[in-house]
Amino acid sequence: MLELRNVTKTVGAAEHIRDVSLTLQHGSLNVLLGPTLSGKTSLMRLMAGLDVPTSGSVWFDGQNVTGMPVQQRKIAMVYQQFINYPAMTVYENIASPLRVAGTDQAKIDKEVRNAAALLKLTPYLDRTPLSLSGGQQQRTALARAIVKNASLVLLDEPLANLDYKLREELRAELPKIFAAAGTIFVYATTEPHEALLLGGNTATLSEGRITQFGPTIDVFRKPIDLVTAKTFADPPLNTIVLAKKGQDFLLEGGVKLPVPAELSGIADANYTIGFQPHHLSLERPNAAAVPVRAKVTITEITGSESFIHLDFADARWVMLTHGIRDFEPDAEIEVFIDPRHIMVFDGNGSAVAASKLAA
Amino acid sequence: MARIDVNHVRHSYLPNPQKDADFALREVHHTFEDGGAYALLGPSGCGKTTLLNIISGLLHPSHGELLFNGKDVTNLSTQERNIAQVFQFPVIYDTMTVYDNLAFPLRNRGVPEADVDRTVRETLEMIDLASWAKKKARGLTADQKQKISLGRGLVRSDVNAILFDEPLTVIDPHMKWVLRSQLKQLHRRFGYTMVYVTHDQTEALTFADQVVVMYDGGIVQIGTPAELFERPRHTFVGYFIGSPGMNVMPVAIDGKTATIGSQRIELPGVPKTGAGPIELGIRPEYVRLGRDGMAVKISKVEDLGRHKVVRASLEGREIAAVIGEDESVPADPKVRFDPAGINIYADSWRVEMGA
Amino acid sequence: MEKTWNNKAWFMVLPVLLLVAFSAVIPLMTVVNYSVQDTFGNNVFFWNGSDWFTEILESERFWLSMVRNLIFSFIILAIEVPLGIFIALNMPKKGWGVPVCLVLMALPLLIPWNVVGTIWQVFGRIDIGLLGYTLSALGFDYNYVNDPTDAWVTVILMDVWHWTSLVVLLCYAGLVSIPDAYYQAAKIDGASRWAIFRYIQLPKMNRVLLIAVLLRFMDSFMIYTEPFVVTGGGPGNSTTFLSIDLVKIAIGQFDLGPAAAMSIIYFLIILLLSWVFYTVMTNVDAER
Repeated sequence: MLELRNVTKTVGAAEHIRDVSLTLQHGSLNVLLGPTLSGKTSLMRLMAGLDVPTSGSVWFDGQNVTGMPVQQRKIAMVYQQFINYPAMTVYENIASPLRVAGTDQAKIDKEVRNAAALLKLTPYLDRTPLSLSGGQQQRTALARAIVKNASLVLLDEPLANLDYKLREELRAELPKIFAAAGTIFVYATTEPHEALLLGGNTATLSEGRITQFGPTIDVFRKPIDLVTAKTFADPPLNTIVLAKKGQDFLLEGGVKLPVPAELSGIADANYTIGFQPHHLSLERPNAAAVPVRAKVTITEITGSESFIHLDFADARWVMLTHGIRDFEPDAEIEVFIDPRHIMVFDGNGSAVAASKLAA
Repeated sequence: MARIDVNHVRHSYLPNPQKDADFALREVHHTFEDGGAYALLGPSGCGKTTLLNIISGLLHPSHGELLFNGKDVTNLSTQERNIAQVFQFPVIYDTMTVYDNLAFPLRNRGVPEADVDRTVRETLEMIDLASWAKKKARGLTADQKQKISLGRGLVRSDVNAILFDEPLTVIDPHMKWVLRSQLKQLHRRFGYTMVYVTHDQTEALTFADQVVVMYDGGIVQIGTPAELFERPRHTFVGYFIGSPGMNVMPVAIDGKTATIGSQRIELPGVPKTGAGPIELGIRPEYVRLGRDGMAVKISKVEDLGRHKVVRASLEGREIAAVIGEDESVPADPKVRFDPAGINIYADSWRVEMGA
Repeated sequence: MEKTWNNKAWFMVLPVLLLVAFSAVIPLMTVVNYSVQDTFGNNVFFWNGSDWFTEILESERFWLSMVRNLIFSFIILAIEVPLGIFIALNMPKKGWGVPVCLVLMALPLLIPWNVVGTIWQVFGRIDIGLLGYTLSALGFDYNYVNDPTDAWVTVILMDVWHWTSLVVLLCYAGLVSIPDAYYQAAKIDGASRWAIFRYIQLPKMNRVLLIAVLLRFMDSFMIYTEPFVVTGGGPGNSTTFLSIDLVKIAIGQFDLGPAAAMSIIYFLIILLLSWVFYTVMTNVDAER
């Protein structure tokens, strides 16, 4: 179990990590999700022991390891760049951590072949990494991390330099590999889609802070604040600030968006309403849906789906809809907001939860 | 703006290419229409960047010729071809201000300063950087720098084409949406001929009117996003476009019936099969999961938020199906193939189906 | 990066501290000792206060050496930096030419300084030296032993030959780090050769150039071996730089007091210059 307790990291005047507390269990896959410079790499360096926190402590299985150098911990890291020993064969690359550990030859051979089979590298064991494709080079680096039998494996955007399709394939395989290994995996990414595909747990990062940590799909469905919701949305989250009066949020043009029943007790004030692009639709999804008129700015078609960019009052929205729906720019169209799928955030950006009201 | 004809162009990086395999670009013969938005889509090493650099003049093709509006430009330099290019990593002149970056291509061509000023200001408005004009370019974020690269192309009203080489690689997901839609708006408003190289299907499909799918040095299919999705000409296109890609399985064909193991599938028509192994392709979006049809064993359900991907095995073969956000997997799961989504392939190439 | 406190670590740096004490601090203290006292030998010392310092700072000889030093540094920088950039720009960026050029460039840097001096001392001689003989044969009145201008030309040529490579190698390292996309973009923007240099290459070489200027300035300001071997500071005092003058005073005339005072002034000047350079360089870094 890896535990970060109130960890802060400042470099000069800049706060890279701000008061992070996090507990990661053995055998779990944990995604750090956030944009560039949100602190993902800084946090991984602290977990690895490459950096020492300015304040706070790092614990591993009940032992305080703050300040313990990385060499004394059992850690493996995989980076965005494909880092292998260029002069060694793939076999020797994978074997290298075992050789350092002084493992006997028979065991090395077994472990290397297992890892190679897992990562589909068996045909390439005698080649050198540079003669392989990017995907195979990264598989080699992953295999090395697996055989090391580390208690903590850190993956810093490992698929970012790969082609889209290769990414898709490796992404599908990684959770299986992780599940088999039983160690703590930490995986940094900028892409919400990747977090969802990997599953496991997700911690969303923003400006050096962890905004939420929990099972990936829960964080996606029930973000506790606006920052988390925005970090975990691709296409971007649609938002609009609305005044609540009585049982409704008031939209432009006298349209009323009913306040979800479980939130009916909240005070009359301005709230930020957020909803995912696929919860905006061209056809009325149910009787409760509210129609609004919005102006099309641009339409993007992927073949099976269409992204329709809309202007509604001051807000810019994206609607994701099935099939091919092409609209001319500046066309005014009717779209439906499904009140069952809206998220409500108060003036501080915190999600307004039903349970809070009960208390 | 110009129409670009790529006539029988081949290119090899080797001095004496012999076999087909020596060519990074096997024969390409295609016309990019004036004012069109094109994407060159394919995995790394498929020759898409080679083709782009041949159009821009950074590479001279081993064979073939290149015409801009009917005029042969094969032997003209990049500068003489008057094109603009945006690279994977933002290229900016970091000692200059944003304004001077945009003015640079004009000043190099000796445009009078009054015209430079007018054009640069207009362009800064177009790319939403007017308030940054006086700032040093090096202090900007990656997406702003990429806009400057684009702006340096846009200032030249006479450019023949704007070329993009994986321009969103270093941009965060949220900014990708913003930049992409701005690019599309610029195209709509000003009618530039644009060619966009990428390995990312979402970028290619959303950006382009016509997507050119490339594989192993050649073009496998050119079509609208919808055509590529509905009727992939080659199983590679089926695999490469769509996430997950198309399910492809070997079948036996008898008239209007395809057989996989013990399962029989009715086809919408009689496929005109030729030689080579016969396969059936169906996208996960057209695989219907329900209580009737062919029995499958579910191995995994991936909840991707807006929809779920169900991984299952049908007659021992991996198959993927997409179901809605609120749908769930029935207890005794079975699948049906929507006939509208069925394509038949002979030797990996799509065959037509007759009545 | 923060350190974990562990007092045992001090033992690790102890040898270095001792070494610095013996190699730098103690000799420097000896020099300080000499600079404030007078001696007639036999270890008899008289307190002299700041007299030696005043004497040195008021002597025309010191200032003349200093001016010669500055002129020398200025001239060699004015030649070596542009020449170094020029050569670096014209070196091949790929192919077999790269290792050949790099080895050729590194050669002069590998030769011991006194050997460089000897080579040029012989090279410039009008009776047997290739350069001197050829020049004389062509009718030039060249003689570095008698003519101060010729002596200067020889010393400067020697330094340029010896050290331009350093500037070349540093600039070359800066140039090869520029991604190809920059040159391609410049072509597309219609940039001239000069514009490419001014807006792409020069900004990327900025930092290495500063290092090159700093190194060359410091080195030339402390130059001793090569001119001493070639000209011995002459003819007259025309190539007597501060360091040569210092040795003349200390060993030639055995005036240990003034020599010590001069050493300290010299040391302080170099310290000051280092600090100025350091500040300038860190400011450039901070700007980035």
